Amino acid sequence: MTNLIEIKGVTHAYRTPNGPLPVLEDLTLSVPEGEFAAVVGPSGCGKSTLTRLVAGLMKPDTGEVWLHGERVRSPRKTVGMAFQNPVMLEWRTILENVILPLEIVAPSMPRAQRRARAMELLELVGLAGFENKRPSEFSGGMRQRASLCRAIVHRPDVLIMDEPFGALDAFTREDLWQTMHALRAQEPFTAVLITHDLRESVYLGDQVIVLSGRPATTQYVMDVKYPGTGPRQLDGLYTPECATMLATLREQIQIAQGRVAPKEA
Amino acid sequence: MDKLQKILVPVGAIVVFTLLWELLVWANGWPDYVMASPSDLPQAYEWFWNLFLIGSWQTLWRTVAGLMLAVIFGTGLGMIMGFSRIARDALYPLLVGFNAIPKATLVPVLALLFIGEHNFNTVLMAFLISFFPIAVSVGIGLSTLEPEYRDILRSLGASKVTIFLKIALPKTLPEFFGALKVSVTLAFIGTNLVEIISPHGRGLGALFLSGQTNSNYPLMFAVLIALAVLGIVLYYAVVALEKIFAGWAERPQG
Repeated sequence: MTNLIEIKGVTHAYRTPNGPLPVLEDLTLSVPEGEFAAVVGPSGCGKSTLTRLVAGLMKPDTGEVWLHGERVRSPRKTVGMAFQNPVMLEWRTILENVILPLEIVAPSMPRAQRRARAMELLELVGLAGFENKRPSEFSGGMRQRASLCRAIVHRPDVLIMDEPFGALDAFTREDLWQTMHALRAQEPFTAVLITHDLRESVYLGDQVIVLSGRPATTQYVMDVKYPGTGPRQLDGLYTPECATMLATLREQIQIAQGRVAPKEA
Repeated sequence: MDKLQKILVPVGAIVVFTLLWELLVWANGWPDYVMASPSDLPQAYEWFWNLFLIGSWQTLWRTVAGLMLAVIFGTGLGMIMGFSRIARDALYPLLVGFNAIPKATLVPVLALLFIGEHNFNTVLMAFLISFFPIAVSVGIGLSTLEPEYRDILRSLGASKVTIFLKIALPKTLPEFFGALKVSVTLAFIGTNLVEIISPHGRGLGALFLSGQTNSNYPLMFAVLIALAVLGIVLYYAVVALEKIFAGWAERPQG
């Protein structure tokens, strides 16, 4: 299996009035094709910077970002993005919002085909019947569902999510986790999920990457061995296997925060 | 029922206002050179109806022309200020300073600059007085666009023009129309300023002036009411446009 995302020795600093603020330092990580990588780390450790680098919205000071064997130097059409703030174009219906990326990426695609593609996704996330509503009539959870549809409507290789479920209540969040699994079962994409929620990272991720505190570097990578076979069940989170994984991650986060010294090997 | 209410309430308010006005004049026993009463006005309209029609048309077209210039120039200036920080920093003090100048003082300046060009001067004044709110709100609307909006399209490799047309422009429309409503009334003030102050004015402002010269006080009041009516008509024309182009911004009530 090839690595779809390769980040090699990336160092990046923001220029501020008080001098450079390093956020990433010699960060290296890779995500194999089709895998779901969850990235966790202390607040302000540069996780969002990571998403912008992978999306090609920013160039790293040093180091390289590779997607599909090509060096990322500028934005590319094969990426989909979803943010914590699921901004919708309020003047468009939900369906037209989901279609938006197709207008940019595939301007020649017939209108009917665009609509069919968007409807297919809206049905998958449980928004069928709401496609002609305006975003202002939607709850936060519904907006985020629509935002996910918009992020993958153009069949990107990579879906980049920056805390998409962070602003939702716990129950809505769990609903959306399951929606995420449903989408993955239908759509082959490689995903990078930035999150603060360890349970989320274990439930959704094939691997969980723990970043150290700022400037961030890859501190720990865990291969998730989710209990049970077949589609992941939420119940699995309450098994001893998951408890062990969560405890390990929690410990790593505390090390990243500098509150606990790493154990001697 | 709801629709009927939407019309009846404002009409009722106007009727009540007219009655109160009549009552005020009657109770104080004011002669018409202190304040004309609404019942004096029909006669003024009857005698001078052709002057009213001509004057209204002249005032209206020059106001609309000035307003259109203000929309074009104000939007352009707003775009420059919205997209460039340097332009914003450079232009804001200039604009605020210009806006603070009482426009009446500019009438003689314009009259000397473009001697005899009364129509041009009037349109120019309507424009000068009304572009400021448009420029400021378009500028603010564009500069406060949430970065996520841009990133959605930028991450797909969309050009700046595409981002502007698909997102920035429609997103700014509600602010634009809000400003346009202010500009409508301002443009009327600009037009009338020139019409009244210029020695060879035209339009309703000139009619007002002739009422003053001939001590025809009901005529002066009749002009004011005609101006108010024109203002209301143009304002609601803008509201109608807003409903068409930015109706999405109106949240359902309740």
